Order: sequence, then structure tokens, then C-alpha cells
Amino acid sequence: MSGSLLFEAIVFLAGAIICVSLAKRLGLSSVIGYLLAGVLIGPYVFGFIGEEGEDILHFAEFGVVVMLFLIGLEIEPKNFWNMRKSILGMGGIQVTLTIALTYIFFAIMGFEWQVALTVGMAVALSSTAIALQTIKEKGLMNTTFGSSSFSILLFQDIIVIFMIGALPLLSNSSDITEGDTAHTTGTLIESLPIGLQTLAIILSVVVIVLAGRFVVVPMLRKVAKTGVRELLIAAAFLIVFGISYLMEFVGLSPALGAFLGGVVLSTSEFKHELESTLEPFKNLLLGLFFMAVGASINFVVIAKSPLTIGGILLAIVIIKALVLFITGRIFKLKLDQNVLLTFSLAQVGEFAFVLLSFAFQLNILEQEQMDMMLVVTAVSMSLTPILALLNERLILPKIGTKELIKRPMDHIAKSQKVILVGFGHFGSTIGRFLRSHGVEATILDFDSNRVDFLRKMGFEVYYGDATRQDLLESAGIAEAKLLICATNKVSVAKAITKIVKEKYPHVGLMVRSKNRYDAYELLNLDVHNIYRETLDTSLTLASDALSKLGFRKYTLNRQVQNFIKYDEASLRRLATEPKRDDDYIFKARKELEQQEKLLENDFKRGIVAYDNHWDSDHIRKQLEKSNEA
Amino acid sequence: MKKVLILFAHPKFEKSRANAALIERLKDKAHVTFHDLYEHYPNFHIDVQREQELLVQHDIIIWHHPLYWYSSPAILKQWKDLVLEFNWAYGPKGKVLQNKTIFNVITTGGSREVYCSEGYNTFTINEFLRPYEQTANLCGMRYLPPFAVMGTHHLSDEDLLNYANQYEQLIDLLQGDFNATQLSNCFFLNDLEILTV
Repeated sequence: MSGSLLFEAIVFLAGAIICVSLAKRLGLSSVIGYLLAGVLIGPYVFGFIGEEGEDILHFAEFGVVVMLFLIGLEIEPKNFWNMRKSILGMGGIQVTLTIALTYIFFAIMGFEWQVALTVGMAVALSSTAIALQTIKEKGLMNTTFGSSSFSILLFQDIIVIFMIGALPLLSNSSDITEGDTAHTTGTLIESLPIGLQTLAIILSVVVIVLAGRFVVVPMLRKVAKTGVRELLIAAAFLIVFGISYLMEFVGLSPALGAFLGGVVLSTSEFKHELESTLEPFKNLLLGLFFMAVGASINFVVIAKSPLTIGGILLAIVIIKALVLFITGRIFKLKLDQNVLLTFSLAQVGEFAFVLLSFAFQLNILEQEQMDMMLVVTAVSMSLTPILALLNERLILPKIGTKELIKRPMDHIAKSQKVILVGFGHFGSTIGRFLRSHGVEATILDFDSNRVDFLRKMGFEVYYGDATRQDLLESAGIAEAKLLICATNKVSVAKAITKIVKEKYPHVGLMVRSKNRYDAYELLNLDVHNIYRETLDTSLTLASDALSKLGFRKYTLNRQVQNFIKYDEASLRRLATEPKRDDDYIFKARKELEQQEKLLENDFKRGIVAYDNHWDSDHIRKQLEKSNEA
Repeated sequence: MKKVLILFAHPKFEKSRANAALIERLKDKAHVTFHDLYEHYPNFHIDVQREQELLVQHDIIIWHHPLYWYSSPAILKQWKDLVLEFNWAYGPKGKVLQNKTIFNVITTGGSREVYCSEGYNTFTINEFLRPYEQTANLCGMRYLPPFAVMGTHHLSDEDLLNYANQYEQLIDLLQGDFNATQLSNCFFLNDLEILTV
């Protein structure tokens, strides 16, 4: 059935669309949909995808690479430092305990110690892809459960570097089999003596950090200056591909390299831009990855020894869950949060694929053992969303203390409440004033030079095109209370308005407008808070001028307010008129006539025509009138 | 020579005949500071520190304002609320204003006759001004009866000129050796024999 690339693409896409939308309709996580689609199209059900499933898995791992790059982008070194306690503490306890318990379990089962230790390390790692995807999908990132999960996953992501580094030391045979064909030619690690391999790993990390600082960021600046959007997408992929290539060349996991690359770039002004560029690709690739996991569940291996595999699976999940629960307890998580943590990280993660196949290459594992563990890994990953579902529907409702108030996360820079678009003279004044009130806005600006400069001044400014929904998304618009649009381009303001009105109606919109005509366009998009830059300042000047001519300041102040009120009302009246040009001009002329008339009236009655009650002459005249009557 | 501070509050001074007449001579008088609150603070953004400094520098304070709805225009209330701070103007450590003299100079549309138990305003001017009197008391200041220009709608230019003269004489009097016993039977400073002669 298979063979044609187009046909495979159709199978994958159709499977994804059908199963994910089905899962979503049933209120399930999209991850379940992808996994189910994978199982269905895989070799053991419909057989659309045959033995090449492994190749697809290899390709789809690129989704994990992109995801780890994105996760890296979210973790600035500074936050990384702030989180050190929970990362090292929670992660350290979780990994050590899991390895220990799994080692004991497998040792009792009669495996060699090297095998038991390798499996223990593989098992200790949870699935960043599944856990974080599920947490983000449910919007739980800002709970203690979310940040704890993140800390643990992060520790695992780091410790895996050392695990891979340590694996060669476990290998008791120096003759390494010609494992993965992709790795046989020219990978550095294999050509090095075992002792130097660790050095090679450290060296490549250093290369990534230096290259990120001194090659990638300057390149992105050049690209940004061209103003060509797709070049930035190209650049983003160039970075990820480049890191992957470097890592594969050295013989390391591309995912780890990508993560490091992400952390290095997280302090650059291109953070949000890179995030939003790669996000859609990441989601699709991750979907592909999940499908590949589903397709790679080897039902033949399961059928051979269902009880052994079932037993091992059960034992591993129980060990992981137990360790997670204990970890949560030690770090004083509330019961409901702890239970969520326990269930969401109890699977074996995608790093296990890497570790296990590497261990196989190194002759630590036998083919059979690897196959078995791969099946356990895939099934445990598939079980996660189902376990989470059971937890959510059956267990959590019985635990009363749901953490209702979303506490701002202590460590990861808390998501900001205000988004400020445009940081020119207008926007920066707003930003300064907000900041003086302790409100740190997330600032988006399109001028990379300015962004760079302002970041050096300590402002949180990000480079990017704010008319893109994905960029607004990564700037945290979903949680934002206000979006202040301080750009002087009405086209940008309109584009943002449309996105916000349509997708994020809960976000308060405040828009700068250059003049009446821009204001009309915004009013017709149903924006209520419009700030004409030409209104207040010119009236302030006019009233100061009149004050110099001898008019009273307080009266002028009231008159300015009157004028603004009148002008705003007329603005709104005019904006609601149909936009047929001739009609519009007619209306505008009429409005102008009206304004002339009003000015004339003001002149006749004296400029101070209001506030009669403070005018004793006026009262006296009224008194006289009533006396005459 | 005692220094006089006139805290003047009229939201529409340019339309007030009576006050224009009263103020005209005092604006540039020696040792008299004419302080136009609405002109200085059109946004009601009163500079507390500056106001307190002004109070410290003067011996006689005058709240000069039209009587609106039996009270002062809004900015004078704002001034009181902001400037007369706890432990500055009053309270255990608030002794800065002690022994200074303070009183109201008011203009009213209604005549003196309507401000009494038989008149349609039921209460006397002195009764309506109790909050000012008590403010002064709490700050340890000497509160004098008001100087009032009443029935302004019916006053001729000549009447107003007379009142302006009286106002100026009063200030001269207070700046000199003024004996408070002269006030024993006065409901208004206008009633001082020296002025009415």
C-alpha cells in the first residue's frame, strides 16, 4: 500500500485531522488523538505505514528538537538560576530515586547490572513532549504543579547529557558495533577513545554557547534589517538544522544541542520572533512524532510476551509515580497539585529512545531487551494522557483542595499583564509611567536596533512583527489584561485590533491614533479607547497661549475638557456614518459647519459660555427677569 | 509688620464684579500675598509643600471666597484637605500654625437679613462658617469673625468701592497693634467701630 511519499503524507495528515478533532470533541488531549492516529495507520492495524515507521520516528524526532529549542528559548539563564533549587532539588531527587528503585527492580529480575542501570537511567526520564504539551494545552503552566513539572523535566533534559556521556563507560566491550547507519561515518565520538568522548561533549556545548552569542545573534540582526519576513523563518530553521547537524556530527542528541541553543538565544531580542516562527512547525512535527510513537508500538513484541511487558510497564509506572509523589511531598506540594504531578510525569520519555538505542550501539543492551524497553516506553507514553484523564475525572474531584487561584509562578518570569506594542517616543513614555507604578509591560517593537538598545537599558523589549497572532501569543496575550497599541502606523493598529477582537475579546484594547482619520477607521473596528496624539497636546498649547493673553487658567481647563468632550462626540458621530466617499465628505462638511456655528456661538456669548452658576452677572440677570415677570 | 496671606478661591473670578473690586487694591499691597488658588491649580493639583511654606511665612491668613451653597468653592476644601496635615497643622506634633490669625472674607448674593433664624436661610453666616472656625481651633489658630460683602447682586459700584476701602483698612488694622477685645460684640469684622465710622 505504501511507498509513495504523497500517499504517506496524505495518510498522516488525514489520520491526524480525523483523530485529533475526534479527541478534541471528546474533550481529550490532542496527544491522545495523535497517538491513536499513529496506532491506526501503523503496521498492526490498517498497515498504511509499514516497517518504515522507524524512519518516520527518526524524522519526526525533529519535532522534539524544535520543541527543545523552544523550551530553551523560554528559559533565560537568569530564570534558570532562580529555579536552581527546585530544578536541582526536585529533579535530583526524582532522577536519583527512580534510577535506584528501577535498578533494584531489574537487578532482582535477574538482569546484568549494566543493563539494570541503563534501563534505570532511561526510565528516570519523563516525556517533555507529552507532559509539557498537555500542561500547556490545559493552561496549567502557572500552577505549582506546572512549575514543578517543568523543573523536573528540565533537570532530566540536562542530566541526560551526562547520561549519554556516561553510557560509553558502562560498555564493557571496546569494539562498538556498527549501529545506526546514520552515525557510522564520520561521527567524532566514535572515533575517539572513550575517555575523550566526555571532553568532546563539553567542547560541543561550549561551541554552541559561543556560536550563539557571536555568530547567530549578529546574523539575525542582519536578517532583521532586510525586513523580509521569510528570511527570518529561514534563519530560524538554519539555526535548528545547524545545531542538529553539529550534534549529529559529534555524535550527540540534536535535541540537547537545540535546547542549549535555545537557552543561549533566550536573552537575545529575537526570542519571541523565533518562538512564534517555529511554534506552528513544532506543533505539527510533534504531532508527527506522537503519531510515529503510536505507529512504532510493536504489537508483535507485545504479543510474544504480553505478561512480562505488562508487568514491567506496570512496575515502571508505579515506581515513577511513587517517586514523583514522594518528591512532591518533600517539596510540600498541596495534595491535588502533587497528584497532578504524579500522573503527568509517570511515563518514560522520548529520551529513552535515544538512550536505549545508543546503549544498543554500545553493546550494553541486547536487541530483545531494547525492543522490549522501546515498547514499554511507547506504551507508557500513550498511557499518560489516559492516566491524566482518569485522574482528572475520578481522583481529583474527590480531593477538595483544588488550587483555584493561579499563583504567579515564582521562578519563570511571570507572564505580564500588559502588552505594549511600539516603543518609540509615544510608547516609551507609556512604558516609563507604567514602570514607575510597578507595572512591567511586555514590549514588542519592530526596530531591532532600538530593541537591542532598550534591552541594554534593562527594559523587557522584544523584537517582532506584532500583527502576527503567533507573536502576540508568545508574548502572552492569552493572559494579558491590556494591549496598548502605541505604534504610529494605523495599518498595524488595525491588524492588531482585528486579531484581538476576534481571538482575545477579553483583552482590553487601547490604541494610539495619529489623527481624526485614523481614529475613524479604528472606531469602525469597534475600538472604544482611542487616543489621538493631536488632541490633548495641541489643546494644552492653545490653553496656555490663551492664559498668556490673560484668560483664567481654571476656566481654560474646563473649556479644554468641554472641547475634548465635544470633539470626541463629533468624532464618534462621524465615524458611524456610512463610508461612501461623497456622503462622507458631505457629512464632514456639515460637521465643519456645525463646529463653525458653535464657535460663533461661543464668541457671541463670550468664550466662557458654561458654568453659569459661578457667574453672578448671569444670576443677577435671571433675578431681574423673574422680578419683571 | 505682620504679613497677610489671602487664599483666594473663585472659579470664575473674571465674572465677579464684587471680588474684582475687593481685590484690586490688595494685589500689590506691601506685606500682602495674594494667592489665587484656581489660577495656580487649574487641575486641583495642589502643591502641599509650597502651600505649607506660604502658611509658615505669614501671620494672618484670609480665606477669601464667594459663599456657594453655604460653603466655599471646591478648591478651598481641597486645599484644606491636603495642606492641613496631621502632626503639621494639628495633632500632638502639629504646632506650626499656632497663634496665627485666620478668618473668612466672603461674598454672598443673599443679603444679611436672609441669614438668620427668621430668614429663608434659617442660619446665620457665623453658623454656616463653623467648619472653618473649628478648623482654626484645632490648629490652635485665632479665628476672627468673617468680613462679609452681602447682597452683591444689588450693590452699586460705589457700594463696592466702600467695601473695598473697608477691606483694606481692616488689613491695615490687623497688621498693626490690633486688640482682640474690640471684637467682643462683633458677628462680622465689618461691624468694627473703627471701620464703620
